[in-house]
Amino acid sequence: MTDLAYLPGIGGVARKPGVLPPSLAGWILPLVLVGVWEAAARAGVVAPNHLPAPSIVAVTILHLAQSGDLASHLTATIGRLGVGFLLGSLAGTIAGALTGASRPIRLLVDPLVQGLRSVPSIAWVPLFILWLGIFEASKVALIAVGVFFPVYLNLMSGIAGVDRKLIEVGRAHRLSPFELIRRVLLPAALPAYIVGLRGGLGLGWMFVAAAELMGASEGLGFLLVDGQQTGRPAVVIAAILLFALLGKLSDLVLARVGRGLTAWQDTEAGR
Amino acid sequence: MSALLEIRGLAKRFDGRLVLGPLHFAFEAGETVAVIGRSGCGKSTLLRLIAGLDAPSAGTATLAGQPIRPEDVAIVFQEPRLMPWLSVAGNVGFGLGHLPKVARAEAVAEALDVVGLGEAATKLPKQLSGGMAQRTALARALVVRPQLLLLDEPFSALDPLTRAGLQNHLSEVRDHYGPTVLLITHDMDEALVLADRIIVLDGPPGRIVAEFAPRLPAGIKRTAPAFQRWKDRLIDVLGPSAAPATGTITKLEEHRHAV
Repeated sequence: MTDLAYLPGIGGVARKPGVLPPSLAGWILPLVLVGVWEAAARAGVVAPNHLPAPSIVAVTILHLAQSGDLASHLTATIGRLGVGFLLGSLAGTIAGALTGASRPIRLLVDPLVQGLRSVPSIAWVPLFILWLGIFEASKVALIAVGVFFPVYLNLMSGIAGVDRKLIEVGRAHRLSPFELIRRVLLPAALPAYIVGLRGGLGLGWMFVAAAELMGASEGLGFLLVDGQQTGRPAVVIAAILLFALLGKLSDLVLARVGRGLTAWQDTEAGR
Repeated sequence: MSALLEIRGLAKRFDGRLVLGPLHFAFEAGETVAVIGRSGCGKSTLLRLIAGLDAPSAGTATLAGQPIRPEDVAIVFQEPRLMPWLSVAGNVGFGLGHLPKVARAEAVAEALDVVGLGEAATKLPKQLSGGMAQRTALARALVVRPQLLLLDEPFSALDPLTRAGLQNHLSEVRDHYGPTVLLITHDMDEALVLADRIIVLDGPPGRIVAEFAPRLPAGIKRTAPAFQRWKDRLIDVLGPSAAPATGTITKLEEHRHAV
């Protein structure tokens, strides 16, 4: 009898009972870190006014939730991010689709957009405040700018990189330019588009924090400033953890939806 | 009987260099004509000009005396070129977007039955074998009921067994839909099995150097003496000693005298 278990793929076909499923593997390191952090804080290795124990942070989050503050901060942040993401990805989709599908438009528009992309997004803030005031509109605009570029870039390069042979099939079936975009270019560019949306969402979280740090009366970014100014590191760390958790969750949802929509791909990841 | 497809002085230049033609020939309706020649002789260029995928530098291609409309023609390429996000049925119905849903579904079901893929309608292209994928591409071309079916080396990427099976299958499928067929190939067996007429191209620039009408009985074995005799004749023309390009059609009888 031949033992083939040492060959890649063969030993892994049937998982031994008691072995951790791959989906849980990502939890190992964070849990170990939290354990070490808690132990170090309790042993007095780290100063509580620098790095409070995870249990203290958890209690802080619980208090924020009980007082109703957490809900209003979350609503504010998620609301800004949602509107900014929607506007930024809509603009990125339209611009990316047009520049990807039409070479003349790409030659005309893309250099300008690439030039604007190299402007640090935070540099727009003074202008947005002048134009849109200090309230919601300028924050949403900043987030939308952050979301726009990854969506635009990925969709444009996704469409421009669609297999010429598939486009030829569309032409052979006499599709109009609009039909060609809708029925061939956009579906073929979908995997790249989803990568762009995920990148845009990641930047959206970064910019919602930046916008709220610069001036807000509620939101997770406000909690960061508030915790710093009132000397409560547990609040700052709570806000950071909530950003991490929400960012990961939103990316997970987008990745899941994306995987469902691109299940047709014949890739190693899709096996 | 008047010609269905008529090619008059068709030529193509790339960067000023003549790669094809000028060519003159005509097809009767319902005929299957194979264009055979070595790689780079302009076979695929000829098909792309007829399909309207490239514009000719000179000359015309007409169908029943009229300029060729895209809806009159369907192509099967060398690779299946299926939309990977559509199911087999979705791919077959790709060119039927103008039809009502029910009519489209009926046409797709019929085409899938004809090519023997009725069971695979919901499969994705990534789940298909090479032969199944190419049969899907064939169904996608036939379902629009084209007057002219253009086949660009459609079986060359397949293994020999699948290829021979599909070549035989193509004859039945063609009888069901009845289009005139232009088959581009470099496979002599394929040309002899499928074609009523064989046009030999040589180049560049691609010119017609010979034309044969084997009319071998349907289902003839490839080992049969008659089949082998025709194959030898093709080898004579296609081989290194082939006559230089003259731009004129060498009729079968003239060719016989030559050999």
